[in-house]
Amino acid sequence: MALSETLKSGPPPPPVETGDWSGEPGKKRRATITGVYVLFAAITMLFAAFTSALVVRRGLGDDWTGIPLPGIVWASTAFILLSSVALELAQRALVHSGRQGGRQQFTRLWTLGTLLGLLFLGGQYMAWRELQSAGVYVASNPGSSFFYLFTVAHAVHVVGGVAALLYIEVQAVRLQLGPSKRTAVEVSRLYWHFLAGLWVYLILVLKIWG
Amino acid sequence: MASHAMHVHTPPSGFIRKYIFSMDHKVIGIQYYFLALFSVFVGLLLSVLMRYHMVYPDAKVGFFETLWPTGAPGGVMTPELYLSLMTMHGTIMVFFVLTTAPQGGFGNYFLPIQIGAEDMAFPFLNMLSFWTTFVALVVMMAAFFVQGGAPLGGWTAYAPLSALGEIAGPGQGTGMNLWIISIALFCGASLMGAINFISTLIDLRVPGMTLMRMPLTCWAWFVTAILSLLGFAVLLSAGILLLMDRVVGTSFFLPAGLVVNDQILNHKGGSPLLWQHLFWFFGHPEVYIAILPGMGLASNILSVFSRKTIFGYRAMVYAMLSIGFLGFVVWGHHMFISGMSPYTAIAFSIMTMAIGVPSAIKTFNWIGTLWGSQIRITTAMLFALGFVSLFVSGGISGIFLGQPGLDLYLHDTYFVVGHFHMIMGVAAIFGMFAGTFFWFPKMFGRMMNETLGQIHFYATFLGVYAIFTPMHVLGIIGNPRRYADFKEFEFMGQAMSVHTFMTHSALFTAAVQIIFVINLFWSLKKGAKAPDNPWEATSLEWSIPSPPPFDNFGGKHLTVHHGPYEFSVPGKAKDYVMQVDPE
Repeated sequence: MALSETLKSGPPPPPVETGDWSGEPGKKRRATITGVYVLFAAITMLFAAFTSALVVRRGLGDDWTGIPLPGIVWASTAFILLSSVALELAQRALVHSGRQGGRQQFTRLWTLGTLLGLLFLGGQYMAWRELQSAGVYVASNPGSSFFYLFTVAHAVHVVGGVAALLYIEVQAVRLQLGPSKRTAVEVSRLYWHFLAGLWVYLILVLKIWG
Repeated sequence: MASHAMHVHTPPSGFIRKYIFSMDHKVIGIQYYFLALFSVFVGLLLSVLMRYHMVYPDAKVGFFETLWPTGAPGGVMTPELYLSLMTMHGTIMVFFVLTTAPQGGFGNYFLPIQIGAEDMAFPFLNMLSFWTTFVALVVMMAAFFVQGGAPLGGWTAYAPLSALGEIAGPGQGTGMNLWIISIALFCGASLMGAINFISTLIDLRVPGMTLMRMPLTCWAWFVTAILSLLGFAVLLSAGILLLMDRVVGTSFFLPAGLVVNDQILNHKGGSPLLWQHLFWFFGHPEVYIAILPGMGLASNILSVFSRKTIFGYRAMVYAMLSIGFLGFVVWGHHMFISGMSPYTAIAFSIMTMAIGVPSAIKTFNWIGTLWGSQIRITTAMLFALGFVSLFVSGGISGIFLGQPGLDLYLHDTYFVVGHFHMIMGVAAIFGMFAGTFFWFPKMFGRMMNETLGQIHFYATFLGVYAIFTPMHVLGIIGNPRRYADFKEFEFMGQAMSVHTFMTHSALFTAAVQIIFVINLFWSLKKGAKAPDNPWEATSLEWSIPSPPPFDNFGGKHLTVHHGPYEFSVPGKAKDYVMQVDPE
């Protein structure tokens, strides 16, 4: 439905529930939330393995040269944390406020969160460019290898998260964020918080041990 | 508002949606099964070529030269070719057979049904995980056909050999890159599968299906999924680091000062030992991923065909959980000779011994289940009994290897080869055979041929013992592993007659598998029609038609009132009570 149509005639009716299991719509929702927590366990193990590689490599000899972190990473950190806050407030607006007002507030905050997420990715890109212009590439020294490894691996996961945020954004703008999409909002938000927390951990590891 | 209870779940239409890109867990399970079946024959062929070469290393075989002009010039297999066949044999068998069929094959098919669900929690993700596994297999097989051929560093791909690139030897260029990419894809697919299994099991059980009423197969798939989730993520990390070393010039695993083919390499001091830690941190849980579904299935089958409830259901659950947990803290026993501190070795050794305890509990409980029972001999039951036998035989040699003092001698000998083949290459495979004969009627609506099944069982059972038992003795006399031939070693002269015996046994056992293939494919078309519950079993899959309808339970709401193994309950009319029977 075109946006102009939506604005004239109001949002479409909520879609009929499909995909529920054994007649219990709650089950699918619960399973999706369980699934995203299970995903967190897997991603945690991936970065735990990378961390242990860092710890081992650091302790191997005297040739560890850490790299100074590009200044922009602190701005990126702020962007991702603020976007997390924005998404959390958006979720609360959707759940707690009255339907109509809540929706508009949600859409504003979700848009803000999504933009901040994109700014985070932009900041990461600039950090890589800054390093490259200083002649620090992935194989330049052990410290740089790990910097690129951590930040690129994290960014790959963020791209997935941004895709989810954008999907919700489109649904929200088209006023098609019905009850069946609430689970999508919830898991996207949870995933984003996880990535923000993961980033804080990574930047601390890189700062202290990089 | 329409009642949710009466929603209609429409089946997919069109050949592609029904059989190719299907989101139905049953179709996906069958797809995984046949992917594993194809892979096992590739792996089997490779092993036959290896065994042949061991005993006739100088043989000129015309078609070797046709297939591998550089690997087998003049028709004589070079050691490098042997090692690449060995690498691919291990990789294909461990990943594409042992990690797919028991979990992705049977687990996908039967977990949702056994807990009363219509499908897995995330059907789209399920479909994606199968097709990613398929692409991974294609990429792996492609390694045979590229310049240089398949890699030769073993399925364990130890650095620095695996990290060096083309200078390390034939197959270590493009072939190795393809291997890593294939394994990385496989990791992704396994992670997707694990998410599905765990979420489905936690959230989609029907009312009355408490965790302690689940069949032990479900528990096994659950623990296996958790191991997959945590283990494959670490393998993925190792693969990424290895690919970076090879492609972008990092030095995660490559030490400084390496000289290869008279060239000093430009690396900056990584650690080959780091690869071993990362790999085996995954590698040990991987072997439990391979065996646990077989254990769950053995428990299930033994109970059904002895008409007795499983002895110590709760203990079986805790044993599987313990095996799963302990499986994460023993990886160092693969590295006893890597130069680790003896105190670290003691710690890993104690934990390795500790795994023997829940394993023994399971074995005694299997025996307890059989004790004093009226055993119904069917092929499924024979394979389940064979599983128990081989699990004990293969597992006990693991206890020897878990002692650092003994392992110092036995590491990299045929003792290890005998151990892991008995337990993975045979016990786990017997689990798959048992699952095939047990569940074929449900999956395909037809019975397999019992006579052919029993002939296949006895011949295979004898054959595998004949192949793998002598390996333990060979290991004790010092027969090294991963050697293409032993022509240079005088002490091996006496051992060659044993190798010849093993090769003949292997050829016999491989040939006998034709009986199974004939039985499988013939029965698909011409087998007797199967009733809903041919084995008079109790779990939920036996309460629905064979094969099941699209949505498993036809939209019915189930409530479960009974445990999974209520056999020979006093006072009941029949000798079994189905889980869905009313109270």
